[in-house]
Order: sequence, then C-alpha cells, then structure tokens
Amino acid sequence: MTNLLSDPRPGPSAPGAERAPGADPLLVARKVRKSFSGVEVLKGISLSVDAGEVMCLLGPSGSGKSTFLRCINHLERIDGGRISVDGELIGYAERRGKIYEMNRREVARQRRGIGMVFQRFNLFPHMTALENVTAAPIGVRKLARPGALTRGQELLDRVGLADLAQSYPAQLSGGQQQRVAIARSLAMDPKLLLFDEPTSALDPELVGDVLDVMRTLAADGMTMIVVTHEVGFARGAADKVVFMDAGVVVESGPPSRVLDNPQNPRTRAFLDSVM
Amino acid sequence: MLSTSTPPDTNPRQSLAEEADDHDVIAVPLRHPWRWVFAAVLAVGFAAMAASLWANENVNHPTINEFILDPRILDGVVLTLVLTIVSMVISTVLAVLLAVMRLSNNPVMGALSWLYVWVFRGTPLLIQIVFWGYLGLLYSQISLGIPFTDFTVFSMDTNTLIPAFAAGLLALTLNQAAYSAEIVRAGMLSVDEGQHEAAYSVGMSPTFTLFKVVLPQAMRVIIPPMGNETISMLKNTSLLSVIAVLEVYTVATQISSQNLRQVELLVVVSCWYLFLTTILSIPQYYLERHFGRGNARSLPPTPLERVWSVVRRVGALPRGPEADPAESQNQSERTDAS
Repeated sequence: MTNLLSDPRPGPSAPGAERAPGADPLLVARKVRKSFSGVEVLKGISLSVDAGEVMCLLGPSGSGKSTFLRCINHLERIDGGRISVDGELIGYAERRGKIYEMNRREVARQRRGIGMVFQRFNLFPHMTALENVTAAPIGVRKLARPGALTRGQELLDRVGLADLAQSYPAQLSGGQQQRVAIARSLAMDPKLLLFDEPTSALDPELVGDVLDVMRTLAADGMTMIVVTHEVGFARGAADKVVFMDAGVVVESGPPSRVLDNPQNPRTRAFLDSVM
Repeated sequence: MLSTSTPPDTNPRQSLAEEADDHDVIAVPLRHPWRWVFAAVLAVGFAAMAASLWANENVNHPTINEFILDPRILDGVVLTLVLTIVSMVISTVLAVLLAVMRLSNNPVMGALSWLYVWVFRGTPLLIQIVFWGYLGLLYSQISLGIPFTDFTVFSMDTNTLIPAFAAGLLALTLNQAAYSAEIVRAGMLSVDEGQHEAAYSVGMSPTFTLFKVVLPQAMRVIIPPMGNETISMLKNTSLLSVIAVLEVYTVATQISSQNLRQVELLVVVSCWYLFLTTILSIPQYYLERHFGRGNARSLPPTPLERVWSVVRRVGALPRGPEADPAESQNQSERTDAS
C-alpha cells in the first residue's frame, strides 16, 4: 500500500510540501475551554499541528482528549478560546472584531476539509462499503458518479478491501469496517484527519491492519491527530505526542521525550499502567 | 449427510464412536403427540362453527353471492381503497414533517408539532369526521386573503369547496398524521447518534443527513407499525358513512336498508375488508425487506423464491441421492420450519 492520498493539494496544506520556516501551523488551538453541565472537561488547551505532522493524544479516560478532538470539527461547540484550521476559525466567523456563530451549512462546509474516524466506526449500515465511501463525494461535493465510484473503489483497494466493495457493514469484521471508515473520510480529500480511538473497539488481532493503514497515511504526509492508547503506534508514527490529564495538557513533545523520558509524574504513572 | 463408505474393520464399538465424531448427529426426532390432539380438537370446533353458520336459516346465501360482485359494492371497494392509500400517503408526508419539527432545535416548530399531535390525537376520529363534514355550519364561506383586511383572492361556498369525499379524506389524513408522527419520531430516535456524527464529519448538511442517513434507517423501525396503521385506516374508512361518503360500508348499509338483508351485506363487506387487508400486507413485506438490507448478513428468500426452490426440489427428485447442495439446504430449511 503506497500513496493513499490522491493528487497533492496546493497550498500550505499539501502533504510533504516543503514548508518555509515559520509557516502557519495547519491547526492552532488556543486556550480551548469546554464544560458539560457545569463540569469543565477542557481547561484551556493550547497546541498546534503543522501540515504533514502526526500528533498523538494520550491520556487516561476522562482526560478530555476525545472531547478536544470533537471540538476540532465542531461536533462540540467550545465555550472559550479559539480553534482554527488552515487559518479559518472553526464554527465561528470573525467580522469587525465580533464573533458570529456560523449557521449549519457553513459548519458543514468546514467539516468537509476535516475527516474523522470514530471508535465505533459509525458506518452507514444501509449502504455498501462503496456507497459509504462515495455518498458524501456524490451527494455533498457533487462529483460525477462514475468518477466518484472509480475513486471510491481505488480508496477501498488501498485500504486492502478491493473485493468487499459491495458488502454491507454487517458482513464485515471490525477491522474491515474501520478501514472502510478511513476510506470514507479520505474520499473527501481532507486536509486534516481526526482519529478517535480508532482501534479501541477492535479484537486484538485486527488492530494491526488498521494501524498499518494509518502508518501508510502518515508516511504519505497526511496531517493526523490520533487519540489512542496504542503507545507503540505513537512511538513509531507520531511526530508529536501530547499527554492530557484532567482537561489540561500535562506534557508534549517528540515521542522520544514524552514516551521514553517523561518529566511529569502523571505521565510516568499513566505510561507505567498501559505498558 | 449420510456416508456410504463401508465400515472400517476395527472394533465395531470404536468405529461407532468415531463415526459419531465425524458425522452429523442422526437422531430420532422428538415426538409431539399433544400437538395432534390439540389440532384435532380445534378442527372439529371450527367445523362445527362453520356448519352452524352455513346451515343458519337466517342467512340467505344467494343474497351474499348476488351482492359480493355488485357494481355498487365494487365502486365502494375502489373508493375505500383510494381513501386508504391517499390518506396514508399524504399523512405519512405530514408525519415526517411533524416529526422533524418536533425533533428540531427550533422551539416554535417543536411546540407547533406538539400542539398538532395533542389536538388530533386527543379528540375522537368520529367527531373529527363529523366536524369536517359539517364545516359549512362553522364557516359558510372559505376565502383566501390577507387577515384583518378586506382583501380576498377568492371566496367559495364551503360545501362546494369541500364535498363529503374531501371532508372525509381531510379528517382521516389529519388524524392519521398525528399518530404517524409519533411512529416516525420513534424511528428517527432509534437511529444511533453516531450516524449523525459520521454524516456531519463528512460534511453532510442536516437535511441531506435526514434524507440519506437517518430516514432510510428509521424506515426499518417505522414500517411494521405503519403497516398496522394502514390496516387500521382501511377499516376506519367505514366511519365515513356518518357523512355519507360512498365507501363500501356506506353502500352496503344503503342496499340493506332497501332489501333488509343486513347480515348478508355485512358478510359481503367483511369479506371485502379481509381481502383488502390481505392485499395490503404484501407491500409491507417487501418494504421491510428493502429497508432491512444491510442489517441481516443475508436476506431470507421471498415467498416466491421459496415456491421456486420447492419446484426445483421436486424437479430434482428423480436424480437420486447425488443431488445438488441447494437441495440439502432446502431440506435443512424444512426441518427448521417444522
């Protein structure tokens, strides 16, 4: 499996593009806060991800990493701070110094550029694998049907599911479903891919196939944010590891530092418990 | 499947054990004698009931035969069917609209939908029918214009604009929409929240998500109760006799008031209702199959396919024991069914 991405996209988000030093990061989060019924789950998260970079979010459950991920494509609206992708504020528009809430059509447009892979796959059960992959390109991007089907089949080939294009999700194993889900998010040619614990719901022997696809994507220069418990994957594929606990970023840096030589006792305790 | 191989020349006991390990269990099926006894008692009971009805001197069989295909009755049957289908189709569209309004974030829409369901589900259908039938008493003229001004686009006599048929259709449709709205809402709520999130994450708009992701999945939950509602509706059309819509029951009462053969005409009408409910449950079966795709690993064969497989099986019989694998599959199906 090589080159999972379609034609390289122009602009600063092009995968593997030579970036001038000091170029703006693809994702910038500043002091992001989020509460659920009075309980603050994100207490000012600030981080940035450069184009082509793979960032792994680690942390105990309840630390807010999934919530933060869901804020990035506005599945959750943030209470404070700013999130911007490719220089564009997510979920809000800034005009003349005021912040306006976006309407749902504008939010939908923003989400097209941000793919998401869910823990529970969330494939559309009434559609075949190929229909899952092509539904949004045909229905939302209004691509011509034959072209979209060819591209959908190509994406399924590349995640190793060429023969299962006509299968329904119920006929696929968990690992196969998750790879269809990855193909589905790639079909919109996103500039950023979010993974929410993509292997947590899988049988151990199926985890490898999904991680292989993700490694290939990373090697191809896709910008990825991965919430995961797979420390091995983070060590091998991540450019940056962020450790979160109780709604704050405890420690961040290259995997060699955060994973192999953690400075914070909370990071050390967590890594001891999962390894 | 039975093995035709010769038994190995080892200890017979051991070979039996080995055989048991290697092959399917071949056991004498459990007998159910009480099923036969119960069936026999029921059969005698039904036969006695049928005989007593048949021999009843108060029922004139030639009258039933005379009226079952009477043109007036047939016209009534057609009207009943038209009323049922048209009101179900329109009310379902209304119901989807009401359910979407109820589930929307817009509080005005939600309240309006709630009010509608409250009113139309909270009053008896019979009263609603009479109300629409006598609308002329409430508003003798119906006009379209700008409220609180004298400007009118058109104005018409209520009884001309809404004849009995339209009033009946209106009553059935508006009442049904209230019930169907709750069924549709239940169906939409049964779709996992993850489906919305997945749809949004690939940039689908809420409307596109509703029609391409949520409703197709909700249909699986919606169709069985809607089949129920359709059959209910078919029978509720008979209530329109109170406003003299010429559906099959109204026609039958008109005929029986002339020839005084009430029972015979009720039998005629009941036969037609039974026939129509049977016909109406066929599309439900195929709709359920259509919207159930992707939920079962493989769909069971349709009745037509079952008939064909039996025909093929019978055709394959003379070929003897070396039949095709499809046959053995049929056999296992038959065992499951018994």
